[in-house]
Amino acid sequence: MAAPDLNFLELMRWFWRQLTSMRTALVLLLMLALAAIPGSVIPQSDVDAAAVERWQDQHPQLTPIYEWLGLFGVFDSVWFAAIYLLLVISLVGCIIPRTVKYWKGFRAAPPKAPRNLLRLQDSASYTTDVPAEEVLEQATALLRKRRRYRVVVTDEAVSAERGHFREVGNLIFHLSVLVVLAGFAMGSLFGYKGGVIVPVGSGFSNNLAQYDDFVPGSLMGIEDMEPFSFTVDDFDIEWLLSGPRKGMAQHFVAHTNYQETPGGEDKEYDLRVNHPLNIGGTSIFLIGHGYAPNITVRDGNGDIAYSGPTIFLPEDQATFTSFGVVKAPAAEPQQIGLEGLLYPTYLKVDGNPTSVLGDDRNPVLSMQAYVGDLGMESGESQSVYVLDKDKAKLVKKEDGSMFRVDLQLCAKDAKKCASDTVKLPNGAGTVTFDGIQPWVRLQISKTPGTGIALTGVILALLGLLGSLFIRPRRVWVRARREDGVTVVEVAGLDRSGASETKDEIVDIVTALGGSPSSDGEEKQA
Amino acid sequence: MTNTEWESLSNQAVTVCGIVYFLALLAHSAQWASLRKLPADETPEIGQTALYGRLGVMLTAIACAVQLVALVGRGMAADPNRVPWGNMYEFVLTATFAMTVVYLLLYRKYSLAWLAPWAVGLVFVTLMLAALWLYEPVAPLTEALSSPWLVIHVISAITATGIFSLGGIVSVLYLVKSRSEEKEKARIKVAAAASAAGGDGGGEIALATREEPRRGFLARVPSPDNLDRFSYRLHAFAFPIWTFAVLITGPIWAHYAWSRYWGWDAKEVWAFITWVVYAAYLHARATAGWKGRNAAILALVGVATLLFNFIGINYFFGGSSQHSYAAPAPTSVVESAPMVEPGPALL
Ligand code: HEM
Repeated sequence: MAAPDLNFLELMRWFWRQLTSMRTALVLLLMLALAAIPGSVIPQSDVDAAAVERWQDQHPQLTPIYEWLGLFGVFDSVWFAAIYLLLVISLVGCIIPRTVKYWKGFRAAPPKAPRNLLRLQDSASYTTDVPAEEVLEQATALLRKRRRYRVVVTDEAVSAERGHFREVGNLIFHLSVLVVLAGFAMGSLFGYKGGVIVPVGSGFSNNLAQYDDFVPGSLMGIEDMEPFSFTVDDFDIEWLLSGPRKGMAQHFVAHTNYQETPGGEDKEYDLRVNHPLNIGGTSIFLIGHGYAPNITVRDGNGDIAYSGPTIFLPEDQATFTSFGVVKAPAAEPQQIGLEGLLYPTYLKVDGNPTSVLGDDRNPVLSMQAYVGDLGMESGESQSVYVLDKDKAKLVKKEDGSMFRVDLQLCAKDAKKCASDTVKLPNGAGTVTFDGIQPWVRLQISKTPGTGIALTGVILALLGLLGSLFIRPRRVWVRARREDGVTVVEVAGLDRSGASETKDEIVDIVTALGGSPSSDGEEKQA
Repeated sequence: MTNTEWESLSNQAVTVCGIVYFLALLAHSAQWASLRKLPADETPEIGQTALYGRLGVMLTAIACAVQLVALVGRGMAADPNRVPWGNMYEFVLTATFAMTVVYLLLYRKYSLAWLAPWAVGLVFVTLMLAALWLYEPVAPLTEALSSPWLVIHVISAITATGIFSLGGIVSVLYLVKSRSEEKEKARIKVAAAASAAGGDGGGEIALATREEPRRGFLARVPSPDNLDRFSYRLHAFAFPIWTFAVLITGPIWAHYAWSRYWGWDAKEVWAFITWVVYAAYLHARATAGWKGRNAAILALVGVATLLFNFIGINYFFGGSSQHSYAAPAPTSVVESAPMVEPGPALL
């Protein structure tokens, strides 16, 4: 396309013109749509880190290539950013010259009537006995008052224009896209989000060490963390026992007690789904719940090596069968580890242990025990939900057969109940199921710039409405005396290309008292 | 009335409105069968053909009213009562309702007789597919769905979907019509050239090149220019509604329910893609060389992404989207970061 003898400056100018053309905007928009697709097909580490790991295990060969292409983080990738940055540049380059042009057009008077009005697509003419000046006066008043045109009268014609604000709408819309981007960027640069599981009865104070997982924005500082703290005092939940959603839980409420600053006033809040607690710029959301059985492990010497609520993670939302791990590194003579399942409402169905409800009506623990080195001294950080069994030994019965730590929390009036304490073989120790309590999973996040982004989209929407629904149009009325009658010509031009002015012309002619012998319409037919 | 009674009322209403839509479709088919025989510029105002047309519109209006009963019934059957937008069956019921309402409201203003069989046909087929495949008994909403934002977010998303679908039909008609018109022009040109070359006497030229009033269905469909303009109006109307749904109310609700306002979840990605494609459509209409045909194709791409987002994501990406309201609650246990409440929400 470019002629070969362009010098550098001309080349740059050519390039800039291309970049800021509508066609380029169109192509970039389509590219943006295409580029977003992999982000929905390939697991994204920001959205579901576990899914990414699973995918990577299954596709060892593709993984390095995908990683290099940034396909596990499409929306942070260089090429995705390249597309939207180009789009932004194109947008700015497109909008600024238009603002200037728009400003000039806004102040300019409506243009003079073309010589031959009837040549325009939407036009009509009629004859009348009313003097020409009077017709023009009438037309001026009509267009100005009833139809809110901006009107200029020249010798024998009226020029009128309206809908100037369409361009304003368009400009606002496009500029708001930048505002939204700015708000979005602020959130990801200066914000943070983290998750924590808090058993009922326990507390949390907002510092890094207390989080289970934490994702800081790249420019976020520790001083951005508000120094609040809270305790979860109680948790209510209702289980549906009939109907098509049988087994579903409803109306979760975590009753919390919080202080905005250390030593500050005690306040209460009932935390529910869809109703976060806001402290300063930070919001606390209730996003999950589960059970933490109270487990006590005594070692071979009879000393308590571990005791307390132990978080079990639900594996199944319908039954809340949950998986958990107990680590007692202080146990003597050998460390003791346990892992296994919690059935909140235990029932044996066809010989298989299951939970029939998410409610904790008959909690049963069924775990396997390990003794030996739990790998906790290696210095590497360990997940509390994973037991390192590499150097530990599975505990078996003395005769070598399978051994399980099966514990049931017995109701007082229970007739048949397994024990709530089990002795480990070989005098390794005992495990006791002391009680059970719910935990809640909280997401704590701070997203600065949310207001900016929201303002941006709302402005964008308003601008869009103006840009789409304001119809800029011009109308001309010419009247002249010819052979003792007044010949009136009316013509209109729609400047948005989205509609026509035929009806408008007919209306105007009728209002002026003529009957549209519409030349224009005949031409159309 | 008890909840069960409301539920069966709703089911009966769906059956009835399906039947009435079908009758409306028959009436329009009869109308078109006889219109085909007439030249396109001749539309009888009285007589059997006109009667069929009016009957079709009236039946459509009745079906639409019955559909409203079905929707209200769904809402009343739930305990506690709620808006009937809890699952895909209810969405489709509402989207087709929105489509019919828009079609009926615009019928007179834009003389939509030519659209009748297509609009009614699409509504009928969609509704039947929903009743066959998507039906679910009335159930209470999951916790994340119980929010006032459900009402405002879903109504806007569904309305936009209904109007975009209508715009899609018009775009298809545009493509078909402009193609047939091009063929027609080519035919006239060839005929003119042939007779000019052969010099076979003036009579034949006049015959071949005369703009004879044409017959058949396509001849009655408005000119490509008008179709293009009508399609633009529908899209221009739906686009701000869609913007409102996916870029304003969606993020606000997501903030309350999931603690982030935009998370590039599969459903969000596709809503964004749909939005960008329709923005491209609006640009295309303002770009020389992309007007008309290319814009119409973009509009169809838009409908495709819209439907994929609505149906495809739920079935192909079921468990991986937080929005999978169609699938049973997915389980996900993340070792370090257990996401325990996969709040199934909408759109
Ligand atoms: C984030 C990227 C963009 C989005 C989402 C977007 C969206 C839109 C939308 C929805 C419209 C329709 C309004 C109407 O029809 O009047 C529009 C119009 C317009 N856009 Fe964009 N746009 C983007 C980027 C750009 C860029 C980069 C340019 C310049 C190269 C541009 C130039 C225009 C112009 C000139 C119009 C008015 C068209 C007319 O006169 O009808 N846009 N844009």
